[in-house]
Amino acid sequence: MADAISKDLPVIPSVPKELVREPLVLNQRPLGWISDQIAGIAEGKTPTWWWVLFVPSVVLTVVCFAMIVHLMTTGVGVWGLQVPVAWAWDITNFVFWIGIGHAGTLISAILFLLRQKWRTSINRAAEAMTIFAVMCAGIFPLIHIGRIWLGWWLLPLPNSNSIWPQFRSPLLWDVFAVSTYFTVSLLFWYMGLIPDLAVMRDRAKTKIRQVAYGIFSLGWTGSNRHWSNYEKAYLLLAGLSTPLVLSVHSIVSFDFAVSQLPGWHTTIFPPYFVAGAVFSGFGMVLTLLLPMRKVCKLEEIVTVRHIELMGKVILATGSIVGYAYGMEFFIAWYSGNPYEKFVFMQNRAADPFILGPLWGVEPAPYWWAYWSMISCNVICPQLFWFKKVRTNMWVVFVISIFVNIGMWFERFVIIVTSLHRDYMPSNWAYYSPTWVDIWQFVGTFGLFMTLFLLFMRFLPTIAIGEVKGVTPQADPHHPLGGAKGGHH
Amino acid sequence: MSNSTVKYGLLAEFDTAADIMHAAEKVRDSGYKRWDVYTPFPVHGMDDAMGLKKSKVGWFTFFAGAAGLTLGYLMIWWMNAYDYAIVVGGKPLFSPIYSFPVAYECTILLASFGSLGGMLLLNGLPCWYNPIFSSERFKRASHDKFFLAIEATDPKFSDTETRKLLQDTGSKNIEEVRD
Repeated sequence: MADAISKDLPVIPSVPKELVREPLVLNQRPLGWISDQIAGIAEGKTPTWWWVLFVPSVVLTVVCFAMIVHLMTTGVGVWGLQVPVAWAWDITNFVFWIGIGHAGTLISAILFLLRQKWRTSINRAAEAMTIFAVMCAGIFPLIHIGRIWLGWWLLPLPNSNSIWPQFRSPLLWDVFAVSTYFTVSLLFWYMGLIPDLAVMRDRAKTKIRQVAYGIFSLGWTGSNRHWSNYEKAYLLLAGLSTPLVLSVHSIVSFDFAVSQLPGWHTTIFPPYFVAGAVFSGFGMVLTLLLPMRKVCKLEEIVTVRHIELMGKVILATGSIVGYAYGMEFFIAWYSGNPYEKFVFMQNRAADPFILGPLWGVEPAPYWWAYWSMISCNVICPQLFWFKKVRTNMWVVFVISIFVNIGMWFERFVIIVTSLHRDYMPSNWAYYSPTWVDIWQFVGTFGLFMTLFLLFMRFLPTIAIGEVKGVTPQADPHHPLGGAKGGHH
Repeated sequence: MSNSTVKYGLLAEFDTAADIMHAAEKVRDSGYKRWDVYTPFPVHGMDDAMGLKKSKVGWFTFFAGAAGLTLGYLMIWWMNAYDYAIVVGGKPLFSPIYSFPVAYECTILLASFGSLGGMLLLNGLPCWYNPIFSSERFKRASHDKFFLAIEATDPKFSDTETRKLLQDTGSKNIEEVRD
């Protein structure tokens, strides 16, 4: 059944060549093939490649938690933090992971509202990625507070002196934004999963699988009376998630923008952060999906066209990010504020070879971080103007890695270069991470990969019902959907 | 037929989206009330073909969202301006501006729960026991087949007439489902 191409399906009436769109599922596969292909990944014997990836991921997860224990039992001194750099890798990693999480909601909600049908092949994996990325992100603000056992002070509960948290602080807004984002993403993801869990239940060969998928599919039958409410709820959740995703990274950017520090105190931050988040998220989606479509043989469902479209999103958001960098720089100069100008020129951009000598200033201590960011985020994605690049899977994969690296550096540049040399020169310092900083960050990749691999092994990685819904076979007015005598 | 169990209804199977759509139109026009269509994905236009009214999920979303906004604002006012007022940076004890981000997040949070909860409530889910699952062929309702079921409790239901109607719609397989 898996390799059956239905040859006896009716031929679609011919349309002018330039109007033909590449189908979202190639080779006119029958509906059943779609479930077999996607659900099949989570069935049968665990493949070797899965173990090869899973074991090191679990090891790194253990490292992640070991670093947390080390931090808790010893104190924040194990990190490279010091005054004036009191935020460094911790908050960089937080913003990095939360940004990655934004692609999932963009794909599942915004592209849904914009009727971009190609999203159906990638939304499930991207939403899963969102949830796991937000989990990794959530670790950092919690452990960076120093006395972790007082983390509950962030919740709207009175402390032992009956004092409530104070809501004028953007840091508290962030707590609400991120936890709402996590919860709503989880709800959205789970709701999308219900019909597909029913698919898994109906295919289950063992009692355990039948019961487990049965419980979580809530008794879903595919009733049209249910679909009617389901689709409405899905649309509403998409409508709610859209302003939510825009608000979350805006509020994350308030953590910086509402402060007084040159380099942070910038009105451009909210849109700039949101664009950067989408950019980095799509980078991570590509990094995960390109190998996944290959190993799981999903090339006919996640097609080259899908990859190309994601490349275009990266190009667009990368250009917005590039514009924001330029505008930030321009305003620093145009405002005439010497501190602002100092941050951008002498803390960030002045390299020892060209700009430093040209401006006649000492090279910026973190010039290498700034220029890594510019090369990865602004220059590299411009290659996506070329179709040859967008359709070459290896090149796309490499660029997606560069995007991930570049966006990590963006947050590092914003946070550390602004902090390390501010108003008072006697206060200046150079920040370097310790081994604990580094392994803490590497460890979260282990956690992320562990969760993603478990997701791939036990849940349908692609929205089966939604992909079926965008094929011509699903359209009752299309010859492939059984319509007779042309269009209605 | 020995009626050892209660009869649930008749289940008809179809191969394509177009077939089930035409069948639904026929059943709707025959005046049945307690019947449903089961498909692996939402078939567009099926709500009209079945004569369904617009979904009411939106009301749950709206009221939950309104509750979220109100509760969010009330919470902040009560905690920061009433129960334990602390002046911070000379700013007002309460203002709808500074409390907007959190109240907004509360709106979205509750509205999302309202949407999912409303959908489940209106659909009567979770419901792990459903007589229709007793049909072995029905397993393909989530795979690649389309089903139409008319329940025996429908006032118009008649063993022969209803079966004839389903045969007229061109169903390939009609079976009786027992409770």
